[in-house]
Amino acid sequence: MLEIKGLTAKVEEKEILHGIDLTVNAGEVHAIMGPNGSGKSTLARVLAGHPGYEVTGGTITYDGQDLLELAADERARKGVFMAFQYPVEIPGVNNAYFLKAALNATRKEQGLEELDAIDFMTLVKGEAKRLQMDDSMLQRSVNEGFSGGEKKRNEIFHMAVLQPRLAVLDETDSGLDIDALRVVSEGVNALRSPERAFVVVTHYQRLLEYIVPDHVHVLSEGRIVRSGGRELALELEDKGYGWIESAGAGARR
Amino acid sequence: METATTKVFEDLAAQDYKYGFVTDVEQEIVPKGLDEDVVRLISTKKGEPGWLLEWRLKAFRAWQKMTEPTWQNVTYNAIDYQDISYYAAPKEKPKLNSLDDVDPEIRRTFEKLGIPLEEQKLLANVAVDAVFDSVSVATTFRDKLAKAGIIFCSFSEAVREHPELVRQYLGSVVPHTDNFFAALNAAVFSDGSFVFVPKGVRCPMELSTYFRINAKGTGQFERTLIVAEEGAYVSYLEGCTAPMRDENQLHAAVVELVALEGATIKYSTVQNWYPGDKDGKGGIYNFVTKRGTCRGARSKITWTQVETGSAVTWKYPSCILQGDDSVGEFYSVAVTNNRQQADTGTKMIHLGKNTRSTIVSKGISAGLGQNTYRGAVKVAKGAANARNYSQCDSLLIGDKCGAHTFPYLEIKNTSAKVEHEASTSKIGEDQMFYCASRGIAMEDAINMIVSGFCKEVFRELPMEFAVEAQKLLSVSLEGSVG
Repeated sequence: MLEIKGLTAKVEEKEILHGIDLTVNAGEVHAIMGPNGSGKSTLARVLAGHPGYEVTGGTITYDGQDLLELAADERARKGVFMAFQYPVEIPGVNNAYFLKAALNATRKEQGLEELDAIDFMTLVKGEAKRLQMDDSMLQRSVNEGFSGGEKKRNEIFHMAVLQPRLAVLDETDSGLDIDALRVVSEGVNALRSPERAFVVVTHYQRLLEYIVPDHVHVLSEGRIVRSGGRELALELEDKGYGWIESAGAGARR
Repeated sequence: METATTKVFEDLAAQDYKYGFVTDVEQEIVPKGLDEDVVRLISTKKGEPGWLLEWRLKAFRAWQKMTEPTWQNVTYNAIDYQDISYYAAPKEKPKLNSLDDVDPEIRRTFEKLGIPLEEQKLLANVAVDAVFDSVSVATTFRDKLAKAGIIFCSFSEAVREHPELVRQYLGSVVPHTDNFFAALNAAVFSDGSFVFVPKGVRCPMELSTYFRINAKGTGQFERTLIVAEEGAYVSYLEGCTAPMRDENQLHAAVVELVALEGATIKYSTVQNWYPGDKDGKGGIYNFVTKRGTCRGARSKITWTQVETGSAVTWKYPSCILQGDDSVGEFYSVAVTNNRQQADTGTKMIHLGKNTRSTIVSKGISAGLGQNTYRGAVKVAKGAANARNYSQCDSLLIGDKCGAHTFPYLEIKNTSAKVEHEASTSKIGEDQMFYCASRGIAMEDAINMIVSGFCKEVFRELPMEFAVEAQKLLSVSLEGSVG
């Protein structure tokens, strides 16, 4: 579904990614781990098409098409979703209204009929309930005045409603207490399916106890330095990132 | 950071003004220039009584001694008042007996503007007075309104048919010497709308005036007077457009509202005068004096304005809260794109006891636009327990525009409670990216963010108008992102 080859990218004239290779198949969950500043979030934003990040080399193929040719909103309408590390507030814009515009833009692109207000509300109320979100969060302005946990929950809620094919979660676990983490993870697990893939970016192993990945990749200084299965995450937990970093530095020498 | 979004912000400027066409109609235009003879000529053409001519002449003489104000935060080319024609009217048909008598060209003009003058085609619940350059060309639903005792007609007609009412209220809120532009208007005003809602009557439909400037080299100086007697209610809307011309045209209107005891007047404006091109060439100078008096106890006046047009706007719809327990409200959205400039706001003057006022101002700047909120809240000595709440928010689109806020307070009674909140925000790349990441295209995202920003004002507009205003706003900002 997703094939990244030799990807290099820079932001504000500084190269952050120095050549990423990654293949993600439908149905798989890939975890991207790494210390702060290793380029995890950059990778997530490049996938989503953030205009502030410039791809300087390499390719990204998604469902057989060149993803880099598409603007962020086009990618989203083709089923690429990113859950933000820091969800953005949009004052005065009702959360449900916002999501309806998003869903119908995507449905239109896919040749589906737009949902009317009633069908839409039935859908979102069901999803909100599953994520133990209060109905009032639908009527509040997008992320405005939401607590950190509410914001993250809202991201997963958006994902559940939009039903993307490729979901990129950027440090969704940061700032969540254990209960919220469980709810959010259950939301993600409920969406796991043979047609859908996840790229889960996280600093901590903790999240992966709830969202069990098929593959784990460790990013250091803009490169994937180790790939493995679930056990790699546990190994990291024991030994810390220092172990990987020195190994990575050794490999380059 | 030079990115796609920045580019988009810059492009938001490049939009077309779709009301910029010119109607080819035979017109009578008086030669350019202004002196007492021109004032007399206008008065004669309208067949006015002597008292009105005297009033005009007094205003003209006062105006000659006044100087154009310079305190406002805008710059524009000096206006040569001798280079303007003060009266332009479509020829023939001195008196319209029915809507069918309207010149077909003019009828088509209003149709193109979305204002059909046939009653059956109109929005079922809106009566329209159509003003073309200096004269009113049609007023719809008059008979229906007359049955309720409501007078809704052109100003000239009101002078002819209801001189006693006009004489009683004309200049009673905005005196002929009030300010430079108001004095000029008093001297040369040509037409406008007149509304009178008698005691205890709730006007059954929205009343609306549509102003169209067509002729070249002219100014438009209309005057609107609305009187709501005890316990009456009326909601009034005005809309305006003008052709695209390279020259600047002056629009100096005066609006006076009088609300007697327990009366309510809602006055809504969607102003879409030609704003000039993207380099700032042409466009309307919109220098307007609007003021209402809550003369009786428990009366209420609400101004709602959506200002998207004009090259330069200078306008402060105000309320004099004279009656005890009276209420004044001002809700405003002002957009400046390209090189547009707006200096707008309100004055709330609390004279009566327990008077309350609310000010909600939303300024949106894009391109090189400059947007200024200027507002005054005055509480007089006798105005015990006066309350004011003001909220002024500015939204910037791109980084070449500006927003300014000048709130003035003058409180002479210690029991007053006055609150002021202000904010400035920017449609940031992060908001745009967030919308994009959900599949929402850039233009739609801007519209959504801007509408969210203006929500508190739009909900004050009558429904049909709110939809129009929202559309207009997205057209005004079209291309500023996209």
